[in-house]
Amino acid sequence: MKYKRDPKRIRQVLGKKVQFILGDMACVYGGLLAGCSFFGGYPITPASEVAEGMARRLPRVGGTYIQMEDEIGSIAAVIGAAWGGAKSMTATSGPGFSLMMENYGFAAMTETPCVIVNVQRTGPSTGQPTLGAQGDMMQARWGTHGDFEAIAFAPSTVQECMDFTIEAFNLSEKYRNPALVMTDGEVGHLRERIIIPEEKDLKLIDRVEATIDKKKFIPFTNSQTRKNCKVPDFPTFGTGYRTYVTGLTHNEKGFPATDKQPDHERLVKRITEKIIDDADKLVSVEKFNLDDAEIAFVTYGASARPTESAMEMGRKNGIKVGMLRLKIVWPVPEKEVHKLAKQVDKIIVPEMNLGQMVHPIREAANGNCEVICAPKIGGEIHYPDEVYKYLEAK
Amino acid sequence: MALKDLPTKECYIPGSAACPGCPATIALRIVYKALGKNTVKVVPACCTAVIESLHPHTSFDIPTMNIAFEAAAAGASGVEAGLRMQGKTDTTVVAWAGDGGTYDIGIQALSGALERNTNFIYICYNNEIYSNTGIQRSGATPYGAWTTTTVLGKTEFRKEMGEIIMAHHIPYSAQTCIAYPEDLFKKLRKAKSINGPKYIEIMAPCPPGWRFPMEKTVEMGTMAVETGAWALYEVEKDKITFNGKSKLILEGKIDRKPIDDWIIYQGRFRHLFRPKKDTKRIKEIEEHIEKMWERYRSCYL
Repeated sequence: MKYKRDPKRIRQVLGKKVQFILGDMACVYGGLLAGCSFFGGYPITPASEVAEGMARRLPRVGGTYIQMEDEIGSIAAVIGAAWGGAKSMTATSGPGFSLMMENYGFAAMTETPCVIVNVQRTGPSTGQPTLGAQGDMMQARWGTHGDFEAIAFAPSTVQECMDFTIEAFNLSEKYRNPALVMTDGEVGHLRERIIIPEEKDLKLIDRVEATIDKKKFIPFTNSQTRKNCKVPDFPTFGTGYRTYVTGLTHNEKGFPATDKQPDHERLVKRITEKIIDDADKLVSVEKFNLDDAEIAFVTYGASARPTESAMEMGRKNGIKVGMLRLKIVWPVPEKEVHKLAKQVDKIIVPEMNLGQMVHPIREAANGNCEVICAPKIGGEIHYPDEVYKYLEAK
Repeated sequence: MALKDLPTKECYIPGSAACPGCPATIALRIVYKALGKNTVKVVPACCTAVIESLHPHTSFDIPTMNIAFEAAAAGASGVEAGLRMQGKTDTTVVAWAGDGGTYDIGIQALSGALERNTNFIYICYNNEIYSNTGIQRSGATPYGAWTTTTVLGKTEFRKEMGEIIMAHHIPYSAQTCIAYPEDLFKKLRKAKSINGPKYIEIMAPCPPGWRFPMEKTVEMGTMAVETGAWALYEVEKDKITFNGKSKLILEGKIDRKPIDDWIIYQGRFRHLFRPKKDTKRIKEIEEHIEKMWERYRSCYL
């Protein structure tokens, strides 16, 4: 049975426009709205609810849910499904994300659009199942070997779990790159009110499929149908285009060129530049009280919630403090942070790890101001006063 | 051997955080009695990794390593080699994993360890679901059963792990059930006495996962065997011997009980009985089991 995105059917399955649901479930809703037709699942706390939600709902909109034998299988099936023509996703948490790393790189190397939701929990290793953390932020960027670019969202609310899953699909389809929703156990297991967007307000992007003459088609080069676009057109399996997909360094035709330096450089530069060139367009931040700020919080995900309270406490006490919340964490909005660093005396980065995003932020600040980390680990979000004390620290 | 003849020494001590009626604790108690204190246990992600040692309690007093989900048999291979390098060849190394960690994510490490002739005992306590993560389907979940990822009932039959293990031609493998502690004890003792890789799989009915009252765990185990859904057997040097009721079923001395008798008491099969009896799917389950026994008879009788 052929899957065709059917808005009416999707909305029937999702139900009421305003709902009070789990963050994990919001990722399911986002996937369904985006037209996801394949989910490769494997149970892991605190991400199991995404798989369970998809197992119930995806078949009802004509999609396929398969529970795989492990997370290596999940991501591999998701990649396979993408080449078979589906918009596909999976969801996992720390240990599963670690297992996915090799194929995460494979997806980047083969320019496979797919979405991974990582409901982060504390680590390393098994850590604290069900308790949230932001300890995989660097793994999202550097976890697989070799040079590649990551696209990652960090939702702070249940609404954003849904919205960012849709956006992750859009960017993954646009750039033919895996896109991540780096949520965490706190937001994933949080219940909040969400508003499901109307069909007319949804902006969905689909991969550009190969349409040119089959004999002239070159699968791994700049788009042959769009000008100045480093994202090649997508030759879905079964459409008659000669397609050879390999994680080996390949030339423009897709065939292994493992001993040729120029081929490797050309390929890897193109698959990274297609994202780097658009980095400014990918900036998605929310600014609070930054106009006159002398101290700025730069944060993301669940950490933004107590940080916002800490900022309000600071303002009440006469401290000129603002907040920059990153919605897309990778690529890092370097120019925004750089501009901010020139304005303020201090940037404080609250995050639920021992200091990960603080590093690229410090790099972006480039010595223009002090950048300090406000870490919290152990499966709890910061208390606002824990963040606040960094405002008063000399 | 009778139940009263089991050693009185307990290595599985109070302090478990298991659900009431948990089959894993029933089995572990026998495992420790059979294997004694000179044992090292390697456990991947599974219920046991959580329930045995939630601080400040601990329910065992043997060295234990909770390793990554996919790695029980590989970790145990390393422990065995390490102990051997110390000259300690009398320590029993046990990998203790659930069906998810055995049938699905752990099968690669398990198969590798068996093929390399690792001297250890791999025990799979099979409750036919991923219970630790909240009741999702596994490769061991039977056809028709509800799980949170097979809400209308699973559409595939379970794997025959026992026969996959047999294909490795290891010195000893066995299937047993928590309802038969003497059988379990005997098989563990035999495994302990044999050098090389050993595999024991324990049928472990899970009250919250299968949706039956917690006092019925043993009864569910007994019925699994009496309906023929689960077989008790052991395989020594490729020779298979059926035990207990399974032997009588194989030889045709008693009839299997109808599968209804077992599944009707399990909430996970409720949709096959309410609102209307799904005779088609129940028949498919029955036929699948009958086919399994026909194969057993033709191959092993």
